[in-house]
Amino acid sequence: MKEKIISIVESNGKTPERLMDILLAVQEEFRCVSDEAVSLIASELGISEADVNQTKTFYHFFTSKPVGKYAVYMNNSATSVMSGMHEVVDEFENQAGIKFGETSPDGLISLDYTACIGMSDQEPAALINSVVFTELSREKVKKIYADMKAGKPVESMFSEYGDGNNADPLVKSMVKSNIRKAWPVCLGEYEVGKGLEKALATDSKSVIEEVKNSDLRGRGGAGFPTGLKWLFCSQEKETPYVMCNADEGEPGTFKDRILLTERTAMIFEGMTIAGYAIGAKEGILYLRYEYRYLKAFVEKVLEDLRSKNLLGKNILGKGFDFDIRVQFGAGAYVCGEESALIESTEGKRGEPRNRPPFPTQRGYNNKPTIINNVETFCSAVKIIENGADWYKKLGTEESSGTKLLSISGDCKLPGVYEVEWGMTIMEMLEMVGAEDVQAVQVSGPSGICVPPAQFDRKIAIEDLPTGGSMIVVGGHRDLLKDIVLNFMEFFEDESCGSCITCRSFNMILRKQIQRVIEGKSIKSDLDNMVAWGEIMKNTSRCGLGQSSANPVFTTIQNFRDLYESMVKDVEFKSDFDIDKAIAESCEYVGRPAKVHE
Amino acid sequence: MSEKIKFTIDGKECEGQTGQLIVDAAADNGVYIPVLCHWRDVVPAGSCRICTVKVNGRFMAACTTPIEDACSVENNTPELQDIRKAIVEMLFVEGNHFCPACEKSGDCDLQALGYRYQMMVPRFPYAFERRELDAESPKIFLEKNRCIFCKRCIRMIKDEQGRSYFGFKGRGKHLEIALDKKLAENMSEELAMEAMKICPVGAILRKEVGFATPIGERKYDNVPIGSDIENLQK
Amino acid sequence: MSKPVIATASLAGCFGCHMSVLDIDDRILKLIELVEFNKSPINDIKTFTKQCDIGIIEGGCCNTENIHVLKDFRKNCKILISLGECAIMGGLPAMRNGIPVKECIEEAYLGGPTVGENKEKILPNDEELPIILDKVYPLHEIVKIDYYLPGCPPRADLIWQAVVALVTGDELNIPYELVKFD
Repeated sequence: MKEKIISIVESNGKTPERLMDILLAVQEEFRCVSDEAVSLIASELGISEADVNQTKTFYHFFTSKPVGKYAVYMNNSATSVMSGMHEVVDEFENQAGIKFGETSPDGLISLDYTACIGMSDQEPAALINSVVFTELSREKVKKIYADMKAGKPVESMFSEYGDGNNADPLVKSMVKSNIRKAWPVCLGEYEVGKGLEKALATDSKSVIEEVKNSDLRGRGGAGFPTGLKWLFCSQEKETPYVMCNADEGEPGTFKDRILLTERTAMIFEGMTIAGYAIGAKEGILYLRYEYRYLKAFVEKVLEDLRSKNLLGKNILGKGFDFDIRVQFGAGAYVCGEESALIESTEGKRGEPRNRPPFPTQRGYNNKPTIINNVETFCSAVKIIENGADWYKKLGTEESSGTKLLSISGDCKLPGVYEVEWGMTIMEMLEMVGAEDVQAVQVSGPSGICVPPAQFDRKIAIEDLPTGGSMIVVGGHRDLLKDIVLNFMEFFEDESCGSCITCRSFNMILRKQIQRVIEGKSIKSDLDNMVAWGEIMKNTSRCGLGQSSANPVFTTIQNFRDLYESMVKDVEFKSDFDIDKAIAESCEYVGRPAKVHE
Repeated sequence: MSEKIKFTIDGKECEGQTGQLIVDAAADNGVYIPVLCHWRDVVPAGSCRICTVKVNGRFMAACTTPIEDACSVENNTPELQDIRKAIVEMLFVEGNHFCPACEKSGDCDLQALGYRYQMMVPRFPYAFERRELDAESPKIFLEKNRCIFCKRCIRMIKDEQGRSYFGFKGRGKHLEIALDKKLAENMSEELAMEAMKICPVGAILRKEVGFATPIGERKYDNVPIGSDIENLQK
Repeated sequence: MSKPVIATASLAGCFGCHMSVLDIDDRILKLIELVEFNKSPINDIKTFTKQCDIGIIEGGCCNTENIHVLKDFRKNCKILISLGECAIMGGLPAMRNGIPVKECIEEAYLGGPTVGENKEKILPNDEELPIILDKVYPLHEIVKIDYYLPGCPPRADLIWQAVVALVTGDELNIPYELVKFD
């Protein structure tokens, strides 16, 4: 073990900045990062064990005890539950004879949950040793377990692969891309290098100017003007970095997965154009661990680009040097927040930074850094290729261009749709074949729960801005239990905890929603939930805490009648349940659980 | 070079230097903004959020936001006071703070803020989550029930090589403070006392000492927290 | 006009809060001019004989008898006051919250260092005994509480001023030194 760990540390430059890669390698090699391993890593890197543990314990996929030879991570997002996750969970538990959260005594299989793995269009889905299994059912679980018993490698448990590059020899995944609608920006025709060639033919200022003129705004959800971000960064003195945020963790989002699979080179081309525009030499693609199955493929694309002189030294003979490396995450939603992503890339806990300074001033390694979403970089390629005017013709006046929507939930045609900004929710529902819709969750848990009365609203920055997650909630669903509670559990799990209002108020709000569902709440509790959510929104450091009360806010606002039907209109009501409170002690001392009145 | 700039807090004319954090600039002008995680001249954590103020109408943490020329800061408004009181109350329910049994009682910043904001009962339900007490190291008790995740110890208590004695473990609801076992074995007396001193609550305690000051003579027995700043004569 | 009627009780507490009531010293003479006492350990009246104006309760709820008494107080008192840390948040008895009740009973009757001979492993299971609850509950989690007086114990002056303010209707201005959690 010692030699192996020393060699892992050394092959990663023996620096704490690469702690994520070191821990990933150790976890994959030994199925855990044990205390012994922590101790070795700490002494090799010259840091304290406390520091190694700080990073290790932050990420979901690092474990102290060995996971099973087959480590099952079942996605427990709302769409997975809606698609029948509980059946699948039950079958896994039946087959393996253990519960979720446990490892079988023989070490064969471990069962655990994980947050959305970006497969909402083909749920229920799970990761088994970082291989994706989609559309799981009881039958499939039985077969998978039989294969495990037989010792089959995970990769050979199936032989049918998904469409497009999912079937590439370096991917060989059952994942389907489900591209339902393509527009000429991201999913239309693409020829590698054309945009970059055009960019390198002009000066860097003109590139920024073109992007600025296109009115392109960040496609991750926050919607910051991309050109402006690039401009700010280019004005800094030190050599900046380009980072691509491929940590799409917002439950219900999976459009970046499609771009990473089908437009891989385009993403890198966009990063390279950005690098040229701001004067960077190095780019980093921060890729979520859930997409580890794309590792070999993505790295091959980088190699191809280098061999075509579209990346590396003296790109296209224009004297511009730029290269890109891939940094994997290890399971933490908050790392989608750009400053948390930087911290993670530096080998630390993915805790969002305080601002100012902004990443464009001091980002990765304290150098100016731009971080853009996968889709933003792809859009930038086409803007440079076809011009800002061409791009602005698409979309609405205030929201130019197209948007990739990840549509899932109760509809006939879940998948990725590239649409022009300005489509209404109603049009969208017709497009995906959704009937009897109770609500549409726009932008995932941190977004808005839109009721039918508002289905004429437009998907656009000026009305319903979105990173693209659209979860259709059918009339037969229990909105509070299936959606709101699931989302609050998600935030409770994913809050990094380093700012205490986000940490605690998510816990408090989750419990309050649970009380409503259990019929324990009174009317004034609803106002309290809103008031407490406001405190979290106003005091939290990053977007997670500032938006994680949204499931509560937007459903209390838009579905008030539903809530009021579930709460009592009295001044005081106790949660206290005497039968529950005495059950355990009566059983233990051996007396009937009955209270004398 | 830092320059003198002017700004206001609740209408009061104040003076500070460019780059200075609001919380420090306020203190220099005799205005108390409550803090739990902040420690002057140490890299700010921005974790407790109790110093939340409004700067030109926007909510900001005073311990991470530098003053800007002519900015207008709101501090003692009913809205902000209620937020701060709520944060104190939230901390009292999310951890296990049994003041009568705590060595830090009377010298505890969290408790003192409870006094300052006249907390009678928290508006939130008590969680009563079980957390552990780590008594393994020779000099220090780490009473995790009382930790409020301010990161002061993580940021400030380091050895000669800059290695941290303290670190976070887990995240979100599983977050806890941990002490590096190996380093703690050789922790100096001074550092152990320092760790106890900077802890705003009773989470870090020097073993074998405690309850040294009688009730009535402790830091916050007779004067509210922040009085030293508010009584500052300019 | 008849004098306001006060009742008091100590649930899962240590009677320290009641001691603190007695700590008002000679003002107790004024107090009995101001109010009349009903059910209370101070006068040893065991059951309510009439509807009361103010119920003052020390201690949290750790067993079924506490629950019963508390509910009885709510029924018989117009105003209920949580007196002291145990009533407000469970206090020291609530340090067991978070530990399964089974472990607590085990520690108290079988394995703990203060347990003498208990070879037959007898546990308190007589049906006449109150049943221990899964945790110690603050009073306001069981019934509606109107006022809270913190402290361990609440300072005598705090109790005095609060009660006087309540019965006279005067404004209550509590000096800083009086509100303490220890």
